[in-house]
Amino acid sequence: MDAGPIARSVDWLRTNLFSSWGNTILTLICLTIVWYVIVGFVDWAIFSAVFAGSDGSACNKPDAGACWPFVTHKLGLFMYGRYPDPERWRINLTYVLALAGLVPLMIPRVPGKLWLSIYLLTVFPIIGFILVRGGVFWLPHIPTELWGGLFLTLVVASVGIVASFPIGILLALGRRSELPIVRWACIGFIEVVRGVPLVTVLFMASVMLPLFLPPDVTFDKLLRALIGVALFSAAYMAEVIRGGLQAIPRGQYEAADALGLSYGQKMAFIVLPQALKLVIPGIVNSFIALFKDTSLVLIIGLFDLLGIVQQSISSDAKWFSPQTAATGYFFAGLIFWIFCFSMSRYSAFLERRLAGGERQ
Amino acid sequence: MRHRTQILTAAALGLIAVASATHAQSSTLDSVKKRGDLRCGVNIGLAGFSAPDDKGEWTGLDVDFCRAVASAIFKDPTKVKFVPLSAKERFTALQSGEIDLLSRNTTWTMSRDTQQGLAFVGVTYYDGQGFLVKKSLDLKSVAQLAGASICMQTGTTNELNVADYFRTRSLTYNPVVFEKNEEAVAAFNLGRCDAYTTDASGLYAQRIKLADPSAYVVLPEIISKEPLGPAVRQGDDQWANLVQWTLFAWLNAEGLGVTQENVDEMINSGNPEIRRLLGTEGEYGLGIGLDNDWAYQIVKNVGNYGQSFERNVGKGSRLDIARDQNKLWKDGGLHYAPPIR
Repeated sequence: MDAGPIARSVDWLRTNLFSSWGNTILTLICLTIVWYVIVGFVDWAIFSAVFAGSDGSACNKPDAGACWPFVTHKLGLFMYGRYPDPERWRINLTYVLALAGLVPLMIPRVPGKLWLSIYLLTVFPIIGFILVRGGVFWLPHIPTELWGGLFLTLVVASVGIVASFPIGILLALGRRSELPIVRWACIGFIEVVRGVPLVTVLFMASVMLPLFLPPDVTFDKLLRALIGVALFSAAYMAEVIRGGLQAIPRGQYEAADALGLSYGQKMAFIVLPQALKLVIPGIVNSFIALFKDTSLVLIIGLFDLLGIVQQSISSDAKWFSPQTAATGYFFAGLIFWIFCFSMSRYSAFLERRLAGGERQ
Repeated sequence: MRHRTQILTAAALGLIAVASATHAQSSTLDSVKKRGDLRCGVNIGLAGFSAPDDKGEWTGLDVDFCRAVASAIFKDPTKVKFVPLSAKERFTALQSGEIDLLSRNTTWTMSRDTQQGLAFVGVTYYDGQGFLVKKSLDLKSVAQLAGASICMQTGTTNELNVADYFRTRSLTYNPVVFEKNEEAVAAFNLGRCDAYTTDASGLYAQRIKLADPSAYVVLPEIISKEPLGPAVRQGDDQWANLVQWTLFAWLNAEGLGVTQENVDEMINSGNPEIRRLLGTEGEYGLGIGLDNDWAYQIVKNVGNYGQSFERNVGKGSRLDIARDQNKLWKDGGLHYAPPIR
């Protein structure tokens, strides 16, 4: 009965892929499709691809694959937008400061979680904001319309995520509140926001708002987008969290009441820790959706990663070639995937860890 | 109930009145000077007209015009804040005062000039609908496309123009329409149609995206009028004059042979027309609220119209658009600027 590894894998193949005539045919068809896709992709991305050249004419030949020089020449633009070249170290330094707080926070063994959170939520945003915006000390002021690329995507997404979480909790609690005005205000806000597409909100903010303001008053476009995105995702977050609140058995609330805990204590120590743990997948799902929704800021003339790639593809005649568009979109997709996949892996890890805590 | 509605309506009208009054009060030139930069509305991205280069700097013919206006006002082409606008946003942005000048490949039409609260000041690029065909078909005119299949984007004026063109000539054709322009180009590339049509400037841009650009030609015939030009808010004549004469100076500089390279020598030229243009003679800047070297600054910083054309859409770019209609009047084109005197 002691089968070797080869025999075991043959056995596995037989039971899982070739268990019947029908399954065998399906397996073969799928393998053929996968084979063609992989061969086609590898050929496009590597063997037929163009790796050197100073403009699109290098890629402009029949049967050429990906046009990589388009990405390498524009990498700075895609990563930082129009942020001036000599000042880009400020963005890099901000990334380092963020990682210095974020990485130890995400590794369970490292102590001092409370201090790290305080640093990330208070000290870091202030330093980061001063650093990238400038206009104080000897740092030149960089207006927000020059911010762009992956940097802008990260700014919009992280501000949206950080701001929407507490607002979402408050809205969810408000929606289940026994005070009628609070309850109706929260329901009204959530339902109105959920009933309107984000594109419309951004468009209103960019087209309608200036009509009501005097001509010399301009509201920073990025700020408009940040407020819009944060409030928008807060409404979705509220519904996710409400799902968690409703899943907590009535007994938990009653037990907390019986102990004489105040409303704040009951929520903070009994209900929310359990409710939030239940809805981690939903929360992360909202974060991922928010991260990808940031591309919509293109509507109001801000260039996030996808926006700036798209702009270069569609308008920079220097790089026009048959494969420029495909290469650019592939690159943007890859970056988005790396970020979203990391988020989803971390949430899976978090869930396992918290579930382990439950079993003890 | 009715009463309340009336109050609300009155309040809303009052708000609009206040808003428009504040617009009318301050002169655009004064507020631009006070702010220290020109806010110029451009396309989010259109090859040859407004596009980012590898460093992210704005380039293009429309972009150069913004820089020309900034040079005339500030003697510095970098004092422009470019505001990228979608087609839907562009007029509101101008009406609301968010931008001072709209230089965004906008077709000058009667309804836009008379009903949208904006004033067009001239034409920077004469565009019009053209056709891209396979070289191997050896066609000379659009009429020879009778019976041919033509790829195009649906819901555009292009679709209507083609229909008109063929109907007035009692010819038939086979339209192959697509929701998106990219799809139309892709289908043409795969050989599904004999011709592809859009505005001429777009044809040249799409041609270099094809697998073998040299196998296609743009027919010389243009079947529609699309004069693209800068526009300003209605009601500020001084500002409209300034923008208009920036365009005229740009064109006149080319006509007089004044270029970015030779402008410093041309200042000493004996030609009275050149002396008036460059401000060595006369007080022409006064009338538009600027110094007399306003046009010198334009040419010095941006070059003349022809130079900008060749750099952005002509021989100096990969678009390689023929000047045709966009030549000066004396070379057989349509650009004609009144004299500075």
